[in-house]
Amino acid sequence: MTDVAKEPVAGGNVGMGTEYLEVRGLTVDFDGFKAVSDVDLTLFQGDLRFLIGPNGAGKTTVIDAITGLVSASGSVSKSGVELLGKRVHQIARHGVGRTFQTASVFEQLTVLQNLDIAAGAGRSWWTLLRRRSGVLPAIEEALDLIGLTDLAEKPAGVLAHGQKQWLEIGMLLVQNADVLLLDEPVAGMSHEEREETGNLLRRIGGERTVVVVEHDMDFMRAFATSVTVLARGQVIAEGSVAEVQANPKVQEVYLGTAAAGAEGLDAAASELIEENS
Amino acid sequence: MKPFVGRWQTWAGFAVAAVVLFGVAPAVLSSFRLGLLGQYLCYAIVAAGIGLAWGRGGMLTLGQGVFFGLGAYMMGMHLKIADAEIRKQAVPDFMQIAGIPELPGYWTPFASPAFTLFAIVVIPTAIAAILGLGVFKRRVKGAYFAILSQALAAAMAILLVGQATLGGSNGLNGFRTFFGFALSDPVNRQMLYFIAAATLLVVVAVTRQLMQSRYGELLVAVRDGEERVRFLGYDPANIKVVAYTAAALFASIAGALFAPIIGFITPAQVGILPSIAFLIGVAIGGRTTLLGPVLGAVGVAWAQTLFSERFPSEWIYAQGLLFIVVVGFFPAGLAGLGVLLRRRRRRRDPAPEPDPEPEEQKVGASA
Repeated sequence: MTDVAKEPVAGGNVGMGTEYLEVRGLTVDFDGFKAVSDVDLTLFQGDLRFLIGPNGAGKTTVIDAITGLVSASGSVSKSGVELLGKRVHQIARHGVGRTFQTASVFEQLTVLQNLDIAAGAGRSWWTLLRRRSGVLPAIEEALDLIGLTDLAEKPAGVLAHGQKQWLEIGMLLVQNADVLLLDEPVAGMSHEEREETGNLLRRIGGERTVVVVEHDMDFMRAFATSVTVLARGQVIAEGSVAEVQANPKVQEVYLGTAAAGAEGLDAAASELIEENS
Repeated sequence: MKPFVGRWQTWAGFAVAAVVLFGVAPAVLSSFRLGLLGQYLCYAIVAAGIGLAWGRGGMLTLGQGVFFGLGAYMMGMHLKIADAEIRKQAVPDFMQIAGIPELPGYWTPFASPAFTLFAIVVIPTAIAAILGLGVFKRRVKGAYFAILSQALAAAMAILLVGQATLGGSNGLNGFRTFFGFALSDPVNRQMLYFIAAATLLVVVAVTRQLMQSRYGELLVAVRDGEERVRFLGYDPANIKVVAYTAAALFASIAGALFAPIIGFITPAQVGILPSIAFLIGVAIGGRTTLLGPVLGAVGVAWAQTLFSERFPSEWIYAQGLLFIVVVGFFPAGLAGLGVLLRRRRRRRDPAPEPDPEPEEQKVGASA
């Protein structure tokens, strides 16, 4: 574990001086159907932002748009560099990394090989054409952080579901991404695995911008520093966990009609979780 | 997948191969059989490239005949010009018969041996690189890529049949000399075999380096998760095009050696059927391994000769059946079968490490 001087806090822990991601008027149009319309997000380094919302709210589409998987209009700038319109691998090289709902590690390769590939986007052909020798310090650190040091030589395909997700997060770390977009990282995990994942996000969130798309409200309450709620492709609320839970618009979205307070949100959330599992 | 063979085992492997190819084979085989083995080694060179592109890179290259043919025809053109020069004739024999009075413009550079060797390396490489980038950048893959590459092979064969200046469907034949050495002399034919054997060893060494390098790991990653690799900051097209180009280069070199060894090159040797035939040995030997494709190509070609000498018409059915059985039931080929047996033996012994490996169980259960 690294020495965490900075805990992630709402609004970021270092102000506007360093890395940030600024999304303005992001709109994704699928043949006339606006999956995401006019979304604004401002994310500073050191924020652990949760992106929640009912199914079909456009959470994953926002991540897809930021990472260049779907084309969008509006603006996404990372520390002043416009990302929209760049290709997927170029955006990745600007330090925006993501995971997917289904863990997508390279199952035939070992844990170490997975991490080594993730760390190598800037390698020259000369380096590529030679053999891997030794383990990069950054990879050793990541292995330690995600708790897979003992499994480094195992093929990633034999890892447990939770371990695969951690490996993916480790790959983002060695990729040197400072904006991490995680799509339902704890889906399908056991309670202990969720706990460990949350702590992992806390540890890495201090020095990076982490966005987590999540359905699990308990998980969100335990680890989020700030929350953005999406519904029908639009941002309907943003703030701390308590602020968002108290927001009548959010309650309405989750309950359909009558607001029933924070407990109501809980009930809706557990319903959602059941739907998803 | 942990191809971690120690350094001395590698050298020992190459030493054994060298002893077999340069010592044992010439000693025990007749001149005729040695010539056949030389042909098989050419197939093996093509197979090494297919193993890299298909086995490791997931690109089903159904059209290697194109590059094989390019190499073979370019070499053939040079040999025909050289033969004509020795006999003080302006054009090769088949052009005289066809009534072509002087060398066509595109033939003239091939009078130079240096240019010919240069072209055999550079032209197929350039074509493969341009074609590969065009195709892979547009994210054409899977069956579409396979069909496209096969269509190219068909187009190439059809194009060649129509070219009177390349001998039409007869192709180029009757080579008498190879860079000044008379091909009627068995010693020179043996030299050709040695060149093919040495080339194969070099190609295997290069393929091994490509497979075991970081590039090789990346290539497997692209094969198994092209989109994921993109999100790590790589352009998969650039990764794939290198393996595709290497395979094309190997095929071209193999073709250039094949033409003088067998003594002719025709459109029938570059079309769809030979392109698929290249694949059969690779699939049977084990496409993801280094030596599987090489040994598979030699083995299938050898078996083809043996069987078709005794049962000329049955072999083609046996070959088809073998291909279906291997692709359908042993996708990893014979090399994969070896791994399977080793794992079974290990499982029967009391396992020293109690790590559950679902992969193993799955393979065991399906067998």
